[in-house]
Amino acid sequence: MTRPVPFSQRRYFPAVLGLGSFAAFVIAVEFLVYADILNRFIIPPPSDVIGAFPRVIMEEHVLARFTQTALEALAASVLVTIFGVAGGVLLYQFTLLRRATETWVAAIAAAPLVLMYPLYLVIFGRNATTIVMMGFTAGLAPIILKTLEGLSGTRRVLINVGRSFNLTRSQQFWKILFPAALPTIFVGMRLGLIFALINIVGVEYLINFGGLGQLINELAERYDLAGTYAAICFVILVSIIVFALTERLERWLRPAG
Amino acid sequence: MAETGRLSAPSLAPSWVREHPVTALRIFIIVTVLLAWEGLARSGWLYRDVVPSLVAIGHALYETLADPTFYVHLYATFYEIAIGMAIGGVAGLAVGILIGGSKLMQRAYEPFLYYLGPCPKIIFFPVMIMWFGVGPGSKIAMGAISCFFPVALNVAGGMREIDKVLIRVGRSFRANTWQMVTKIYMPAMRHPIINGLRLGLGVCLIGTLLAETKLSNRGIGFLVIQAYTLFNMPQMYSLLIVLFVIAIGANALIGRLGGLDSIRRS
Repeated sequence: MTRPVPFSQRRYFPAVLGLGSFAAFVIAVEFLVYADILNRFIIPPPSDVIGAFPRVIMEEHVLARFTQTALEALAASVLVTIFGVAGGVLLYQFTLLRRATETWVAAIAAAPLVLMYPLYLVIFGRNATTIVMMGFTAGLAPIILKTLEGLSGTRRVLINVGRSFNLTRSQQFWKILFPAALPTIFVGMRLGLIFALINIVGVEYLINFGGLGQLINELAERYDLAGTYAAICFVILVSIIVFALTERLERWLRPAG
Repeated sequence: MAETGRLSAPSLAPSWVREHPVTALRIFIIVTVLLAWEGLARSGWLYRDVVPSLVAIGHALYETLADPTFYVHLYATFYEIAIGMAIGGVAGLAVGILIGGSKLMQRAYEPFLYYLGPCPKIIFFPVMIMWFGVGPGSKIAMGAISCFFPVALNVAGGMREIDKVLIRVGRSFRANTWQMVTKIYMPAMRHPIINGLRLGLGVCLIGTLLAETKLSNRGIGFLVIQAYTLFNMPQMYSLLIVLFVIAIGANALIGRLGGLDSIRRS
């Protein structure tokens, strides 16, 4: 007869521990607020925050706001993909250009580009274009670098196979280089989307315009504490879902082994 | 068979350009961009001052750097970033060591870090204002939150990469927890820590400066948003130039101090 596996060694124990710790933390905050140890005018009881969810979803038109943020993110992602992949291909094709500008692109990727949002406000006005362009600017550099990395990392043997078939330059690109680089390009697209989304929600909050970011700002300005916390939780939830989905898609695209 | 050698036309490029093509191309790109900018500024195609002339930007840059109050604002931002980095960095280091040091902790808590890391941190700013007020406290908190995640994730990853022999050596010498951290873990994780700090500095800078643009009466972020409010575009450009130079310079400095360049070369 096999001995039963102790609970602490079961496969799901770490997940239970993590979620249990989080639940314990929430219950502790609830208790500390009711015991007046934590100020309820700064930290609302978690039960109030949970209770505010239906109100925020119904009264604050969360679905419409979510759609707006999603559309902005989609527009930025499409732009980032088109220009980023094209930029990466351009740098791959022209070695001299690559040697001259690759470090610049890397420096731009590390620069705090989101601080340019007041400049974009002047150029594009306080509207969705500013938000989309901010997302585009933030997401561009990573995808250029990843496209370049993917194309440069194509195995020599694949390129030689293409040459042995006398493929033209265009055929070599579309049949060999691009398919081989696609998984890495997708990593760049995912990074670009995440950067774009972070900046889009951030700028929405900062300029008080648009979807989910604006919702947080409005609720905070109304001093609707429970609503503000609920909206923040909602944005975190959306970010986690997008992040997890794109990660799953990336794993699916990545070649096995 | 007749030799079909490639015809080589005498190159018109000066010898310096042929010897340093990368530098020559860089200079060409910079000069072209500057000329295009100046042309756009003088063309009148855009609203006046949206693209100010290079002379106006240069003058604003000089005025900004010569103005003593700029350094008061710079100090305020530097102070907030330094404290934010210190708090977020130390917290990230401690949490990273705890999580990376145990398989159970890693599987239980790392997903929280992993999934919360990419969330836009600026959304926490209203909460930080409520907790720490409208002064430097809320900006420091924003910097600390932003910096915490990359440091913690890098350190946790670094802990898993430490050579098991080193850990066994530490244990065989009966090193206590503090000694293990300071004598084994931290020296062995120098590169992941520096890498985490480098990433952390970038996001700490963004978090702090964005918070300053939202609600503050001092700091570089405040100056940027004030330039926007007053529609002083040359000053805004000059401030952005200063900010990017500081951010990229600090990033490169941390990388160099941590010896990251030498890893890449080897």
